[in-house]
Amino acid sequence: MKELRLMKGNEAVAEGAIRAGADGYFGYPITPQSEVMEYLMAQQPEKRTGMVVLQAESEVAAINMVYGAASTGKRVMTSSSSPGISLMQEGISYLAGAELPCLLLNVARGGPGLGTIQPSQADYFQSVKGGGHGDYQLIVLAPSSVQEMFDFAFLGFDLAFKYRNPVLMLSDGLIGQMMEKVELCEQLPRVTHFDRSWTLTGKPDGQERNIVTSLDLDASRQEIHNQHLQEKYRQCKENEVRFELLNTDDAEYLFVAYGSSARICQKAIQLGREEGIKIGLLRPITLWPFPAKPLSELAPRMKGILSVEQSAGQMVEDVRLSAGCGVHIEHYGRMGGMIPTPEQVLENLKKLLITK
Amino acid sequence: MAKMKGAIVVDIEKCKGCEVCRVACPNDVIAIAQEVNHKGYHYAYQEHQENCVGCANCAVVCPDGVITVYKVKLSD
Amino acid sequence: MDIKDIIKPENLVYQKTPLMTDKTLSYCPGCGHGTAHRIVMEVIEEMGIQSETIGVAPVGCSVLAYDFMNVDMVGASHGRAPAVATGIKRCWPEKFVYTYQGDGDLAAIGTAETIHAANRGENITIIFINNGIYGMTGGQMAPTTLEGMKTSTSPYGRDLKSMGNPLKMTELLAQLPGTCYVSRQSVHSPRNVRRAKKAIRAAFESQKANKGLSLVEIVSNCNSGWKMEPVASNEWMVEHMFPFYPLGDLKVDGKLVNNQ
Repeated sequence: MKELRLMKGNEAVAEGAIRAGADGYFGYPITPQSEVMEYLMAQQPEKRTGMVVLQAESEVAAINMVYGAASTGKRVMTSSSSPGISLMQEGISYLAGAELPCLLLNVARGGPGLGTIQPSQADYFQSVKGGGHGDYQLIVLAPSSVQEMFDFAFLGFDLAFKYRNPVLMLSDGLIGQMMEKVELCEQLPRVTHFDRSWTLTGKPDGQERNIVTSLDLDASRQEIHNQHLQEKYRQCKENEVRFELLNTDDAEYLFVAYGSSARICQKAIQLGREEGIKIGLLRPITLWPFPAKPLSELAPRMKGILSVEQSAGQMVEDVRLSAGCGVHIEHYGRMGGMIPTPEQVLENLKKLLITK
Repeated sequence: MAKMKGAIVVDIEKCKGCEVCRVACPNDVIAIAQEVNHKGYHYAYQEHQENCVGCANCAVVCPDGVITVYKVKLSD
Repeated sequence: MDIKDIIKPENLVYQKTPLMTDKTLSYCPGCGHGTAHRIVMEVIEEMGIQSETIGVAPVGCSVLAYDFMNVDMVGASHGRAPAVATGIKRCWPEKFVYTYQGDGDLAAIGTAETIHAANRGENITIIFINNGIYGMTGGQMAPTTLEGMKTSTSPYGRDLKSMGNPLKMTELLAQLPGTCYVSRQSVHSPRNVRRAKKAIRAAFESQKANKGLSLVEIVSNCNSGWKMEPVASNEWMVEHMFPFYPLGDLKVDGKLVNNQ
């Protein structure tokens, strides 16, 4: 029988992490994601599965606890919201450089600075184009429902270990705070086997010790390491693009939107079609790797593409790069924590792409 | 009383000639060579081996761990 | 007696522990780091815990500590070693976890991580090298730099009014209920090396007994940063550093030693 539960997005990701066999969570409170740690603490996963939950003294400490814990080969995670994720960037760069798997969650809020506590998608650039220093990539998943908050805990850990790379779930305050029905799956066992080729388990007698570091003072070796990372990212681009299409078969106009904006676009599509405007949606599920190919295939059939984001227009750059020059592309967004209505989205589609 | 006779072996290529061992030696066994090793350091050597009692003070205090110590007990 | 009759395997009394790799240390001649590395490894060897130990290297002169210490190790970002060690220890509570950190790393950029790891009573061991200066970056003022001490960023001497006071991190940490064993030692003379090693052993034994955080500060020289000959730097350290950073145990078995 299905196990169904009404949950907040932030609770669903926490439950998902427990059931995905996570070994540890290290975090620091920040609105609008504090329910993640609150839920974990209330669940006492150390009794349910043996998972460790620790409230750190700062986001800086939390991400470095993740770094240490990830070096043991265990499944570990942290969560935060935009300003806290900014604080973690150095540690995230180290994790990527040292090729450590982990799950990161950003329940994004409006910025810049302390900004607001309302939902935002203005951390897109930070998530997919760097954030910290150096040439690295995170695998970025964008959940657009409470169910996906739960499901992506599993997918996130799987991808993190498959590529030995941090995986970031880029959510927002809307998805984190809203309640929906979630279908829960069975508890997975925690890992008990550790790949001695890279994990720190204590040097076995007669074997070489392992060293986890992102440092190599020899520039020629550091370049080779970087080339290896780039090759890994290339494979990831080839194999891990995920997206969803809605009403694209007969569409003349296309929304590109992820996360909470994709949900708003769904309603805008319905409103538009009631007026006879054939609109479809491409929802990137992986923001990195970005679904460039499917978008490039759809684009020539469209009269116009609208990138809908709760930002000043960040993803629209990737939309333009993917779709090419032959199609009219615009951006529509609200900022600072404001959420556009479906009516506003439709109105702007008409204003920017049809009546113009 | 039994007498101790000691000897040290300095890995001269790894010695950096800091002289910490020379100062730590209670019997002035160690001196710093006029010659240099491949890194250009004047390395430590046992100038007065006959005085060495194998106390290992030099090795214990050597930052680079380049000194190995041997000791025998002489019956009177 | 001929030297050849003395230098025989059966007469061996001291040699570098195999837990130190054969790599030439990257430290300046006479620097206390090498000795401190070695006695940590000797303690791990004597306790027979090489296969159960994970070390955390800092940023600073000992950033490459993992090149020399023959145990599983991870390199932390600047100051975060206690947080990294916390993550490891929480995942492997049965293993031995230690950090090796300098004064800039532990007492400046990593102050929060150090204090909170200690206050949580993380069951880890911290080896803290205090030479009153940033060695790696070329001799800048550290939080532990003494009053009046000249460094490249306090070229006229540390002025307490404008640059603040030298920080006695070890005294501060000893006050916290989460610490079990806290000691300050040095490695400039054979007697001090032997004492420091005993202290490090006590720290690891404390970790073995799950008693909370143990810390051994080693007041050390930085002859390059201090711009002195190695032996002279040790003498200067005895004369100037020890009065402000007195040697000895500060806390044993969770109890402050008198006058602390």
